[in-house]
Amino acid sequence: MYDFAYHRPATVAEAVKLLAADPEAKVISGGMSLIPVLKQRLARPSALIDLGGIPDLAGISVGATSVTIKGRTTHAAVAASPEVKRAIPALADLASHIGDPQVRNRGTIGGSIANHDPTADYPAAVLGLGATVHTSKRRIAADDFFTGLFSTALEPDEIVTAVEFPIPEKAAYMKFPNPASRYAMVGVFVAKGPMGVRVAVTGAGAHGVFRHAAMEEALAKSWSPEALEGITTPAEDLNNDIHASREYRAHLVGVMAKRAVAKAS
Amino acid sequence: MGFEGIGASVRRREDLRFLSGRGTYTDDINRPNQAYAVILRSPHAHARIRGIDTSRARSAPGVIAVFTGADMAAEKIGGLPCGWQVKNKDGTPMAEPPHPVLAVGKVRHVGDPVAVVIAESKAQARDAAERIAVDWEVLPAAATMEAALKPGAPLVHDDVPGNLCYDWHLGDKAAVEAAFAKAHKIARLELTNNRLIPNAMEPRCAVGEYDPATGDYTLWTTSQNPHVIRLLMGAFVLNIPEHKLRVVAPDVGGGFGSKIYHYAEEAIVTWAAGKLKRPVKWTADRTESFMSDAHGRDHVTKAELALDDQGRFLALRVRTLANMGAYLSTFAPCVPTYLYATLLAGVYTTPAIYAEVKAVFTNTVPVDAYRGAGRPEATFLLERLVDIAALEMGMDRVEIRRRNFIPKDAFPYQTPVALQYDSGDYHRTLDEALEASAWATFEQRRAEAARRGKLRGIGISTYIEACGIAPSAVVGSLGARAGLYEVANIRVNPTGSITVFTGTHSHGQGHETTFAQLVADRFGVPMSQVEIVHGDTAKVPFGMGTYGSRSLAVGGSAIVKAADKIIAKAKRIAAHLLEASVDDIEFKDGMFRVAGTDRAKALAEISLAAYVPHNYPIEELEPGLEETAFYDPKNFTFPAGCHICEVEIDPETGEVEVVNFTAVDDVGRVINPMIVEGQVQGGVAQGIGQALLETCVYDEAGQLVSGSMMDYTLPRADDLPDIRVGTAVTMCTHNPLGVKGCGEVGAIGAPPAVIGAVVDALRDYGVRHIDMPATPQKIWRIIQAGRQRLAAE
Repeated sequence: MYDFAYHRPATVAEAVKLLAADPEAKVISGGMSLIPVLKQRLARPSALIDLGGIPDLAGISVGATSVTIKGRTTHAAVAASPEVKRAIPALADLASHIGDPQVRNRGTIGGSIANHDPTADYPAAVLGLGATVHTSKRRIAADDFFTGLFSTALEPDEIVTAVEFPIPEKAAYMKFPNPASRYAMVGVFVAKGPMGVRVAVTGAGAHGVFRHAAMEEALAKSWSPEALEGITTPAEDLNNDIHASREYRAHLVGVMAKRAVAKAS
Repeated sequence: MGFEGIGASVRRREDLRFLSGRGTYTDDINRPNQAYAVILRSPHAHARIRGIDTSRARSAPGVIAVFTGADMAAEKIGGLPCGWQVKNKDGTPMAEPPHPVLAVGKVRHVGDPVAVVIAESKAQARDAAERIAVDWEVLPAAATMEAALKPGAPLVHDDVPGNLCYDWHLGDKAAVEAAFAKAHKIARLELTNNRLIPNAMEPRCAVGEYDPATGDYTLWTTSQNPHVIRLLMGAFVLNIPEHKLRVVAPDVGGGFGSKIYHYAEEAIVTWAAGKLKRPVKWTADRTESFMSDAHGRDHVTKAELALDDQGRFLALRVRTLANMGAYLSTFAPCVPTYLYATLLAGVYTTPAIYAEVKAVFTNTVPVDAYRGAGRPEATFLLERLVDIAALEMGMDRVEIRRRNFIPKDAFPYQTPVALQYDSGDYHRTLDEALEASAWATFEQRRAEAARRGKLRGIGISTYIEACGIAPSAVVGSLGARAGLYEVANIRVNPTGSITVFTGTHSHGQGHETTFAQLVADRFGVPMSQVEIVHGDTAKVPFGMGTYGSRSLAVGGSAIVKAADKIIAKAKRIAAHLLEASVDDIEFKDGMFRVAGTDRAKALAEISLAAYVPHNYPIEELEPGLEETAFYDPKNFTFPAGCHICEVEIDPETGEVEVVNFTAVDDVGRVINPMIVEGQVQGGVAQGIGQALLETCVYDEAGQLVSGSMMDYTLPRADDLPDIRVGTAVTMCTHNPLGVKGCGEVGAIGAPPAVIGAVVDALRDYGVRHIDMPATPQKIWRIIQAGRQRLAAE
């Protein structure tokens, strides 16, 4: 990696100040995406602002209608949390299948959604549950948060502090992993509850995570795998690589969606 | 201490240091005042170098030197040599273009070394490498064999027309044509044997050092054969005589063939250490491994099998294109010829075989031997073709194999493709595998799986391989530029402990345990008295190294030969001490005894007398107790066996799960069953990897698309079933241990069994063959196409 300055602020306000002062700086949380990119010299930030020194940026709280996970909470913590398992088992399940144990012990929810890797798992839960993203300056609805491949509504000096998930009646996530990387080649999160019926697809979309309107409509009428029979996914906007063509991905979206509904039923 | 002799599953003694982080790998070696090398590699598959400006790199912080191909050429540094010359059909030698250590004039694959930066730290060397400006003239690339063979294709080497390295053949063409003319049926198959990237766990590494006071060079390197590297690099590249060059291959974390070859980086660090009078270290990162370690396999083949009306094989005709990559790696030319076409008889009595092989240069990483080397290619082709023949004949897959097996009373058996098999019992390995895999009740499991919505299939392969390479005179006549004997030196120390120096190299095989068992057994002493030393040209007299499952069959035989020399000398010393005739001395359980008496001397007493020769037959015998043996094998060895695989396919996604795998192998005498089982399991894991997961992908421009673990699918633990391993032994008849070899059988036997199972699972979809790897997407497409076809009918 190239040289960079390193900051370890003690508060979110201090982190934001550092970030605002240096447009070339990058925030680092778990570093599970950023560190490999730095090691390969694919990025050259002037500074890293490490959120690891901010004590009140990690933790999980469960209310009557929502689960709030602070930005620096690791995937392992979410996966192991009895409260999350009780309130939104699909979320704990999703977290338990991200990467490998090392990644789950380092990687954080804030880092994952701020990066918006098109093959990441968390964006599917955030969008699929209609979560609210809390940042250093505002609250952003999931539908407004993910704006495209590796891009979000976050402003340059804005930091994810927490994600608030409404508690659904039913929800589940099914992933077809890329055989090599084990990232989601197709991942589908389905949910039903106060947020309505929502279907979010990760891994497949050329622009990142997206909602599947036709499936949501069908499931709203009848929450069953059979309701998804015959619903197709347009292939044009899907990813295409050596592991899966657009058509195969489109097919897998259907299969994973049905399995997710069956799992959530 | 339990039983630890031949046949005991003694735990691997080397694992204590490996599992506790105390191994010493090449990258663990750091020399005083060491500098670090970073290689600038070509980003292009094919480009002319109009110029290289290294001035900004030279002035970068910490930089000691920057060298290019021109610097090496100015000092008359040789190219990397090829160790095998294959001849064309017309007897002329293959095309053998130069392989410069650092590119001269043009680059020929992505990853081709262009320049080296040597700096005080690796980071500084890397920073400086980015400051080298190369003026590229990018040329069209011949990224595939198909592209390379087209008329007017870009020439990888300007003086190799048509990119053709050689056009070789083996067998009796006329006899084959005559047999095809009278065939009842002909089974046909076209296939691609996928290209693989070895990915040893430890990336390659090299540390060069020069001592200006003595003129001695030392190279520590990740090698399977340090003496071969000393010979090749010293004699052909750097012109350093053997006595001034020491090569050490310390603990090495896996090789699978990829660490046999002499690589550019070894020459670079050794040469640079001499020029700079400082030790120089280079360590590959994983990205470099993908684009600079020799790749494996990569064949395109058309094959036909002629059968009579009873399903007997009459003749086999094979035409293969083999990818050499951009340059000839050390042993590349022999892999698709003498390690491939010679195996096309398999375990069958096919009387006539004719194979033609064209080796092709492409703008890709050089291709060379990878676990199995040629034999997996032959086995995959033959076993898939036999399955197709069974389909053509309407015969059972097991029955057609039985009908064509070489019977066990036919040995020694001369095949029509040069090899003479010494022993085997193919019915027995087949029967035991059928039994262990519950083949007979498979249809019940298929029906049960169908009720769960899964497509279940079973596949079988009855393979043979040739290993224990190899008789020097034979390989010499076939173009090898080296002998393939092995060397052992046994030193019985004065107090009776034993140090064994072997020319083979252990990089995962467990030699330190197996060889110690063997020696302890031979001398009747506890294993704790025996130390195995390998991997250092300053310690071991000579050696050809470890590959081709040769270590026990050839290296172990050399150890036996040296041990027998020790015992012969010790008997003479014992006769003196016991005042008996040497003919009356028996050696058993570590004691030299006068036959029929209780007068005896232990080995330790003999050795003490040999090193403190006060009462010693000094007129007849030299003091000391140390012997060296060179063992040149009389023949290859021929492990064979039967692998049976069961898979379940999810028809909605195309995913394949290997649910059962049974291997019954005849590896000859087994010294350590646990180590054999581990070797077979590892080989099967790589065989399943080739069959279902792994493939190297280049795009049309010659860019390596599968250039990292993000896109290259290595098998993981959860891709593999609990592999059932059994052995059914016949002894090798021509080496003193009766051993054959076990390191490669898994990678050889497994792939056709896996693909056979996948094809069987998909039998309702009208598919006869699937090329490797059988990925979910490929299977999904087959199911889609099959459904459409069925709907149309």
